[in-house]
Amino acid sequence: MEINRHIILLLVSAAVMLAAPFFITSKFYIDVLTLIFFTAYIGQSWNILGGYAGQFSFGGVMFFGTGAYTSSILLTTFGIPPIIGIVFAIIAGALLGFIVGFMSFRSGLKGSYFALITLAFAELLRVLANSVEFTGGGVGLFLTYAPGLKDLQFKTPTGFYYFALLLMLISIVIALWLERSRFGAQLVAIRENEEAAEALGINTLKCKIYAIMIMGAMGGAAGTFYAQKYLYLDPPIAYSIHLSVEMLLVTIVGGMGTVFGPLIGAFVLHIVNEIARHFIDTPGLSLIVYGVILIVIISYLPNGLIGLFRKRMKKSKPTALDRLISGDKDA
Amino acid sequence: MLEVRGVTKRFGGLTAVSSVDLAVAEGEIVSLIGPNGAGKTTLFAMIAGFLKLNEGDIFLNGNSIAGMKPHQICKFGMVRTFQITQPFAGLTTLQNIMVGAYAHTNDRMQAQQKAEQVADIIGMTSLLGLGADSLTVAGRKRLELARALATNPKLLLLDEVMAGLNPTEIDEIVAVIKGIRDTGVTIFLIEHVMKAVMNLSDRSYVLNDGKLIATGTPAEIAANPVVIEAYLGHGAASEMAGE
Amino acid sequence: MLSISLTMLPAAIINGLMYGAIYALVALGLTLIYGVLHIINFAHGAMLMLALYAAFFLFQLGQIDPYMSIFIVTPVAFVFGYLIYRYGIGVLSKGKDQNILLITLGLSIIIENSALFFFSGDQQTVSLSYGFEAFDLGFMYLSYPKVISFFAALLICALLWALMSLTDLGRAIRAVAKERQGARLVGINVEHIFAVTFGLGIACLGAAGCMMLPIFYVDPYTGNIFVLVAFTIVVLGGMGSVLGALLGGFIIGITESVGGLLLGESLGQIGISLIFILILIFKPTGLFGSKV
Repeated sequence: MEINRHIILLLVSAAVMLAAPFFITSKFYIDVLTLIFFTAYIGQSWNILGGYAGQFSFGGVMFFGTGAYTSSILLTTFGIPPIIGIVFAIIAGALLGFIVGFMSFRSGLKGSYFALITLAFAELLRVLANSVEFTGGGVGLFLTYAPGLKDLQFKTPTGFYYFALLLMLISIVIALWLERSRFGAQLVAIRENEEAAEALGINTLKCKIYAIMIMGAMGGAAGTFYAQKYLYLDPPIAYSIHLSVEMLLVTIVGGMGTVFGPLIGAFVLHIVNEIARHFIDTPGLSLIVYGVILIVIISYLPNGLIGLFRKRMKKSKPTALDRLISGDKDA
Repeated sequence: MLEVRGVTKRFGGLTAVSSVDLAVAEGEIVSLIGPNGAGKTTLFAMIAGFLKLNEGDIFLNGNSIAGMKPHQICKFGMVRTFQITQPFAGLTTLQNIMVGAYAHTNDRMQAQQKAEQVADIIGMTSLLGLGADSLTVAGRKRLELARALATNPKLLLLDEVMAGLNPTEIDEIVAVIKGIRDTGVTIFLIEHVMKAVMNLSDRSYVLNDGKLIATGTPAEIAANPVVIEAYLGHGAASEMAGE
Repeated sequence: MLSISLTMLPAAIINGLMYGAIYALVALGLTLIYGVLHIINFAHGAMLMLALYAAFFLFQLGQIDPYMSIFIVTPVAFVFGYLIYRYGIGVLSKGKDQNILLITLGLSIIIENSALFFFSGDQQTVSLSYGFEAFDLGFMYLSYPKVISFFAALLICALLWALMSLTDLGRAIRAVAKERQGARLVGINVEHIFAVTFGLGIACLGAAGCMMLPIFYVDPYTGNIFVLVAFTIVVLGGMGSVLGALLGGFIIGITESVGGLLLGESLGQIGISLIFILILIFKPTGLFGSKV
């Protein structure tokens, strides 16, 4: 029942989003929507490790940056078109995920320590990218404007809109798969009680590494998207702490460990951002509001905005299957 | 089925478990008793792979499992429960049991069927839709048992599943454990509730200060002066005889 | 190239020691809070940045020498820390490790961007009348501010140590750190002690900010630079260890300046995150892993 509701919801919203560019003529709004999908996508990548498996990372941007550099360097140095480059970006992200996951999870890092070590990895990569030559160092990499599917560049904002929408829909499908699969149940078990999960035959190390590899693969593709949209990359952009924070923020605000949490969070935060900018266009204001929202959500709404909505639904329909599928945390 | 040979565990200068030998045969219910701090849970943790041993070896069906991870040992058919219950608090009872059932199937419907089946055996079908964190102590103890059973174990290690239960609940869970044994699962348990130990186990081992001091049928244990001295205290033997 | 580097090595080491003492003070605040409250204050860098701004404005608007500002900023930082824990973090976190990390992350975002909003993103520095005077050590010149900061930082570390080991308050803090339930039973107001400890940790930042201003700059992002530095020192020295924070501070200070000398300005920064990662993976209890 819940499955059908999910899928119907997904199909309806996908149809609306597919059709949206035909009704929205403003390039500005198309661009805002593109950014929302992009943030929702990257938030979902964080959600898989943070929301489902319960391993919070503060350096999620490292996969994005590594993916962005991978496809961009392949393009500028070897002339490999981004449509192939994105595959390598995905592989690079997953590989980085494996390295970071293997090193940190094998030595038993969890909680705040894991969060901080991911931050340190991102910082390490930023310094490296700044120092070596093949990344263009501090000067950065400039990509040429060459619209076309081969280069994953588009003449109009609508092209990037569909690109971002595609990424976002793929991320939703991955989350839906997690909700219904053994692997997803194992991740949730690890989040809820790692020792018990291990006792029940779950290879917790392997599962956590797989989860961070999925996150890494998704982040890698996000990097290629960004590089081809903005055509410029430097270490502070590629490994910016702000993106690391944004991906956890949208997920926590929307609802960790839920399919639509990152998307809802991305919508809400971008709207807040636009409104704040509309009234006082001074740098910092919308981020102040983000900080307040983060604290309020953590303190009063641990299940995010979705939790607010779910609680009401659950009273009328508290079947076991419902919660099983929704992955709701406060049954 | 399970064989523990010369297992020793030291924490710094303290020897928590000192060259323990014991064996559990297929189809048995064997209990491990001893005063608080005797090293029972430490021994269990080593058997289940949660703690490394300093010396000795552990065999499950003839294969050495010392040094294996808990999840590997689970795959070999031995699974433990926790003295302090460790539910997946944010999940429902059904979801909790399904995690166990996923140990041998990849299919969600099969896992759910298995979970429902196990819940029926353990007597918690009516609790399936409840959140694990809303269960009573007795419910949580049963959940530990159910989750472990859902992994299709050949040998169950039960760590004080009766602690904190009232007499009625104890009688119920004793019946459940006997029922599990009758389906062909071997059971090795740590227990403090003497009545249940007497009534349930085929054999008992007594651990005191990390050393095995006695073994035998519950009746023999109860009559053993070494055990009375070390564990039960003065006058306890006559009390037991009176029961 | 390498020979030039080697002749400059002693100078780099001494410079590293100078900065290391201030880093130690920053890390001391973090490790004190961790050792007693068992929480990680991610807003530590942002709060340091606030202290730098406080010292900056006292100098700019009140013509108060930053080293004199220590006597103003440190107590104010203490009160700020006390209040923000007692009525903020302590109430909101509900004791979950990751919650506190995220709440202090939120706090750092708010502080950082408020600074951007009110003070703009420009880098600010102060120029002191004695700022360019220096001791001649023969092989290098060492500016007065660096030397003053070094000894002032050591003095404050010593004072903090004395407070912790010689006073009743220090004993109460250590009691709470070891056994909070027991401390509660013997009548210690644990929530108060937590807030006091948090206040002391932030007071360290207040002092550090004043000492850092003459030899550094401040902008809204200054805190980011020091967050990882402080965490690295703390894990290096062992979470909760005072001596460890001091030694860790020196090690990191030297690593940074020698790394900068040998590897160049940009790659030299790699030492910090690399040490952090390696310590966490191979020796998470730190080099001097004792408790407060």
